[in-house]
Amino acid sequence: MSTSANEAPAAQQGTPLLDVRDLIVHHGQLRALSGISLRVFPGEVYAIIGANGAGKSTLLRTIAGLHHPTEGSIVYDGKDVTGMRPEKRATAGIVMVPEGRRLFPSLTLEENLQVGATFARSGPWTIEKVYDLFPWMKERRHQKTSQMSGGEQQSVAIGRALVANPRMLLLDELSLGLAPVIMRRIYGMLPQILSSGVTVLLVEQDVSQALRVATHLQCLLEGHSTLEGRPADVTAAQVEAAYFGSAHPGGQPPGDPPHGGLLAPHAPSEGSEA
Amino acid sequence: MGWVNAIIQGILTGGLYALFACGLSLMFGVMKLVNLAHGDLAVVAAYIGIGVIAVIHIPFLWSVPIVVAIMAALGYVLQRSLFQSAINRGELTTLIVTFGLSIVIENGLLQFFTANSRGIGTGSSLISSSFSIGGLQIAWLDVVIFALAVVVLLSLQYFLSSSKYGRLIRAVADDREAAQLAGADYRHVFGIAAALAFCTVALAGIAYGMTTVVSPTTGTDTILLFAFAAVVIGGLGSLWGTLVGGIVLGVAQQIGAQINISYELLAGYIVFLAVLVIRPQGLTTRRSQS
Repeated sequence: MSTSANEAPAAQQGTPLLDVRDLIVHHGQLRALSGISLRVFPGEVYAIIGANGAGKSTLLRTIAGLHHPTEGSIVYDGKDVTGMRPEKRATAGIVMVPEGRRLFPSLTLEENLQVGATFARSGPWTIEKVYDLFPWMKERRHQKTSQMSGGEQQSVAIGRALVANPRMLLLDELSLGLAPVIMRRIYGMLPQILSSGVTVLLVEQDVSQALRVATHLQCLLEGHSTLEGRPADVTAAQVEAAYFGSAHPGGQPPGDPPHGGLLAPHAPSEGSEA
Repeated sequence: MGWVNAIIQGILTGGLYALFACGLSLMFGVMKLVNLAHGDLAVVAAYIGIGVIAVIHIPFLWSVPIVVAIMAALGYVLQRSLFQSAINRGELTTLIVTFGLSIVIENGLLQFFTANSRGIGTGSSLISSSFSIGGLQIAWLDVVIFALAVVVLLSLQYFLSSSKYGRLIRAVADDREAAQLAGADYRHVFGIAAALAFCTVALAGIAYGMTTVVSPTTGTDTILLFAFAAVVIGGLGSLWGTLVGGIVLGVAQQIGAQINISYELLAGYIVFLAVLVIRPQGLTTRRSQS
């Protein structure tokens, strides 16, 4: 399971594509992020995990430009983009698949993709390439996306981001509201996306899913970073402690993890305990 | 024969009302902006037309593209400045700001053009000539304006459904944040939508100035109210709905006038209210503030 973590791009070396430093973000009076730093290197799949309200989505939305940090900086491709407008970041190559898909409901599938392609950088992805990746789309390209299933909508949202030819693809809770089998099918597309030269920063509540695809991970808890490292280097107990904020790694975490343990359902081989 | 005439006149007048209404509907549909200065801007367009013809002595038809271009530019600039900053501050602010703009325009026009009514002189016989069919006298101008309304609506629909910016306008109307994530500056797209709406405002103002006369207060007295009524009757956010609404309003007015000349406006508003009761669209509160 952790094979991907052992492949070449996993190493955190060279020049980071995305360098986030000491990010502090407020929602009104509420402090959503308290000094988060992360460095994403080209070719990586960097996963942000954490419970509901940990600040994961806020972090991603701030990187995309939809929130303004109180303090801290975001450097992309060597340039400070902290004050840049979201649409400028998108055309510079930071493209987000937002939580809840956020497709344009009155537009057809193809029009959704066309909007994504309007201000695209030059690159390998075209609408045709997206149809190759998701062959069912071609037949249904003139349908409104509001009639489609959650998994189909998520695929369209990914396609809309891909046709912009991102260098830094931000994926916010791809699994939200999807059946596990659909979720795994969508994550199964990731290698093809990565092979086109895209670097991925993703937010995922499903920890075992995140660990399966990630080359590097960071766990957030109430706006603070509680764990950072390669999936191969962290234990399941450490992840659980970081996720739930337990003071005693290995002990019973406060709040019952679903299905008898955070990592239980999918991945007995994960972590060093295996 | 009087009734048939009333219905035909009503339908033709509906075209003019649709011209009033489609820009209002477009701006509400895209940026959720209720432009209370909509009618006054149409009057401004009419005065620009009068001024252009009077000052540079060009034939009437040549003045139309000039007025449309000036209004389109004005629409883009107003949207990017005044309207955008009002939108950023919330829906109520847009009402207050456009209401204020309406007052400023009316008083500005009073200052410069006095309260006298003026019409747009076309210098052609078109404005007064008519033809008779089956014993009915129909003015060519009414037919031309109705045709213009249909052409405007067809063009708008084609632009919105088929062009790159039309697609962006629909996308931004759906979800402006998602459009930003796709690299679209929604403020620019709003500006283009406003420019488009102002083109229809320009044509509406010129058409109104040709059929009758304008004065500085015509904008809120007549054009804005009829535009609202047509939008509400026809259905919010639907382009062709504005034509349906305009026709229903026009026919109701003409039938009312047929019964008693003083019932013309009343009949239109009764239909308007009836539609609101049967199919309320939530515009009532906004309208009452106008």
